[in-house]
Amino acid sequence: MSFPWARQYTPSNGLTRFLDEKLPLPRLVYNAVGAGYPVPRNLSYFWNFGVLAGFCLVLQIVTGVVLAMHYAANGTVAFDSVEHIMRDVNWGWMLRYAHANGASFFFIVIYIHIFRGFFYASYKPPREMIWLIGVVIFLLMMATAFMGYVLPWGQMSFWGAKVITGLFGAIPVVGEGLQVWLLGGYAPDNAALNRFFSLHYLLPFVIAGCVILHIWALHIPGSSNPTGVEVKQESDTLPFHPYYTAKDGFGLGVFLLAYFLFVFFMPNALGHPDNYIPANPLSTPALIVPEWYFYPFYAILRAFTFDFILPAKLWGVLAMFAAILVWFFLPWLDRGPVRSGHYRPLFRKFFWFGLIPCMAALFYLGGAHAEEPYIMLSQIATAYYFLHFLVILPIVSSIERPDPLPYSITEAVLGSDKKAVLGENAEPVAV
Amino acid sequence: MIRLVGILVGLGFAFVALISFAFGIGPAFSVLSEHGHFVEPTAEHEFHLEAREPEGGFAFEGPVGKWDVAQLQRGFQVYKEVCSACHSLNQVAFRDLTQLGYSEAQVKAEALTWNVPGIDPDTGEDVMRPALPTDYFPKPYANAIAAAAANRNAIPPDLSLMTKARHDGTHYVYSLLTGYRDPATFGLTSGETLREEFPEFETPEGLHFNPYFPNLNLAMAAPLSANAVTYADGTEASVDQMAQDVAAFLTWTAEPTLVKRKQTGWWIMLFTLFVTVLAWFAKKQVWAPVKPHRRKD
Repeated sequence: MSFPWARQYTPSNGLTRFLDEKLPLPRLVYNAVGAGYPVPRNLSYFWNFGVLAGFCLVLQIVTGVVLAMHYAANGTVAFDSVEHIMRDVNWGWMLRYAHANGASFFFIVIYIHIFRGFFYASYKPPREMIWLIGVVIFLLMMATAFMGYVLPWGQMSFWGAKVITGLFGAIPVVGEGLQVWLLGGYAPDNAALNRFFSLHYLLPFVIAGCVILHIWALHIPGSSNPTGVEVKQESDTLPFHPYYTAKDGFGLGVFLLAYFLFVFFMPNALGHPDNYIPANPLSTPALIVPEWYFYPFYAILRAFTFDFILPAKLWGVLAMFAAILVWFFLPWLDRGPVRSGHYRPLFRKFFWFGLIPCMAALFYLGGAHAEEPYIMLSQIATAYYFLHFLVILPIVSSIERPDPLPYSITEAVLGSDKKAVLGENAEPVAV
Repeated sequence: MIRLVGILVGLGFAFVALISFAFGIGPAFSVLSEHGHFVEPTAEHEFHLEAREPEGGFAFEGPVGKWDVAQLQRGFQVYKEVCSACHSLNQVAFRDLTQLGYSEAQVKAEALTWNVPGIDPDTGEDVMRPALPTDYFPKPYANAIAAAAANRNAIPPDLSLMTKARHDGTHYVYSLLTGYRDPATFGLTSGETLREEFPEFETPEGLHFNPYFPNLNLAMAAPLSANAVTYADGTEASVDQMAQDVAAFLTWTAEPTLVKRKQTGWWIMLFTLFVTVLAWFAKKQVWAPVKPHRRKD
C-alpha cells in the first residue's frame, strides 16, 4: 500500500517513540489522513465529501448518544419524551434539531459522494472493493435512518413503519410471517419501537466499522482523481496533510454554514408536520411519505401499478431493492477503459441528460401524491433508471470512443509533464 | 455474463414499469380530457384555501423575530377562556408561563385557578385539587371516549404542538379561526362559487363549513365571536385580533425555544462564517507553493 515516495512517520520525542513501539496509533493516523498519505494533487471539491460524510457520522453518533440519555423507547411515553427533550432538557432542542437535520445533511453529502462516484466511475478497478463497501454503508444508513424516524412515535413514524415493514408482506409465502417477525406483532407497537431503538443505536457503530474498511480499502490503490489517470510519480501527488486537511477544512466550513442555516432557522423544513401528531393506529394520514432521502426509491416502489404475472406490489418491492442492489454490479457493468466522465463524451451525455434528470424527477415524485400525472412520470423515470444502469451503461462503455487522456496528473494540472514542480520527473514524455 | 444478465434484468424492470405506464395512460387521459385535470376535481380540491397571513404578520417571524409578550399573554387568555373548554395543552406546564412575562407569584396564583386530578393525602381517594406551578395544564376530558362522546365523535385535538403539526401551522390556526363561511355563498376570488361548481356539496348536520380545513367541513363550530374575551390591556377583542393572539400563543406552546433558537443561530452562523473565512485563507496559503502555473511548452 501507499506509494514509495510517501513520507515516513518519525516519532520526535520520548512519548511518541514509546507509543510507536507499543501501539503505533499516531503512525496509523499519520499514514491514513496525515502527511504519510500521498493524494492526487488535482482533487476537486467533489473529493471533499468523503471527509464530510465521516464528519456527519461522528456528529450523528455524538448527538444521538446524548439524545438517547433523555429518550424513552416506549409507545406510551416516546412522543412525550421527545417533547421533554425539546422543552426541558438544556439545549435539548438544539441536539434534536441537529440530529434530525444531521440525518438529512448526511444523506445530501452521501448522495453527492455517490454521484461523484458515478460520474468519475470511481467504482472501476482497482477500486471495486471501496465501492462495494460504500454501497453496504449506504444500505446500513438507510436502515438506520428509517428506524430513527420511527423513534419520535409520531403519525408519520407509525405509518411509515407500517408501510415499510408491509413491503416485506409482499414477498410470497413467507412475507406475512416475516413482517410479523420483524415488527414483533401485527402492527408497529412497543415491540417494534424497542427493537428499532436498539438497532438504531447499534447500526451506526456497524457503519463506523464499515467506514474503517472503506478507508482501508481506499488506501490500497489510493484516491481516484478527476482525470481518472492513475498516479504515476511523486509530482502527481501531495501529502494529505497539510494540503487536503486545509482544503477539506474550508469545505467543512461551507458545509456547516448550510447545515446551521437549517438547524437554527428552518429546522422543520425537511421534516413532515404529521410527525408532530402522536402516533394513532386508528387514523391514517392523508399522505404517507418517508423522509425526503428515500423519495427516489419510494417513487420506484409506487411506479408499479399493473399485475404483470406477479402482483404489482411485489414488482414494486423487487424494483425498489434492485434499484440499490444494481449499484453493486457497476464495476462489472461499466467496462470502458476510461474512468472519468470528462473524457467520455457519450457517457457524459447520458449522465447529465439522462441519469440526473431521472433522479431529480424521482426525488420529486416520491414525495408527491399517488395520483396522475405523477404516477405516469414515475413509471417513465423508473424505466429509465433501470435502462440507464443495466442497459445503457454496458452498451455505451463498449461502443464509445473516449477523448484522449492526459499522460499524467501532473500534465493535467501543469499543462506539461516536463517541468514538474514537486520532485524530478524521471520519464519526460512528449505529448 | 454479468452484463448479459444485467441487460435482461434492466429490460425486464423497464418493460414492467412501461406496461404499468401503458395501462395507466388511457384512464389518466380520459380523466384529463373530461375535466381538464388529471385528477377528478372535488370540492375539497378546488375550494380548499391555503392558509393566509394576518395583516402585518407576526412579531416572531423572520430571522430576527421576537415574541410579542403582550400578544402571548392575550393569546393565553383566549386559550384559557375559550379553547380550554374542549382542547388540552398536554405539553405545557404552568411553570412555563414565566416565559410569558408573568412573575412566579402570578404563575402560582394562575395555577391555583385551575383544578387538576390529585390524590387526597389522608384517604388516598381520587380528588380534584388546585394546580401548582409544576403541574401541567389539565385535560378538559377524562379520556378519549369522554371527549368523543361530548363532541359528536370528533375528539378535539391537543393544541400544544398544533402549529408544528400542520403545514404552515401558525397561519393555518389564524386562517381556520377566522375562516368560517357560509357554503351557500362561498366563492373563490376567481369568481367560481361552490354552489355552482358543486351543487351536490353539502355540509352535514352538525359540521361547519371552513375552506381552510382540508375536507372543508369540520366538527368545531366557529369558536370566536367579537368580545368573547375582555383583554386586560384594553386591546379590542375582534375575532381577527383574538385569532392572531391565540395563533401566536400556540406557536409559543409548540416551540417555546423558537426565539432563543434563532438568536443562538446568529452567533453560531457568524462564528462559523469567521472560521470558514480563516480556513479559506489558510487553504490559499498552504496551496500557494504548489498552485499550477499553467503553461504550454
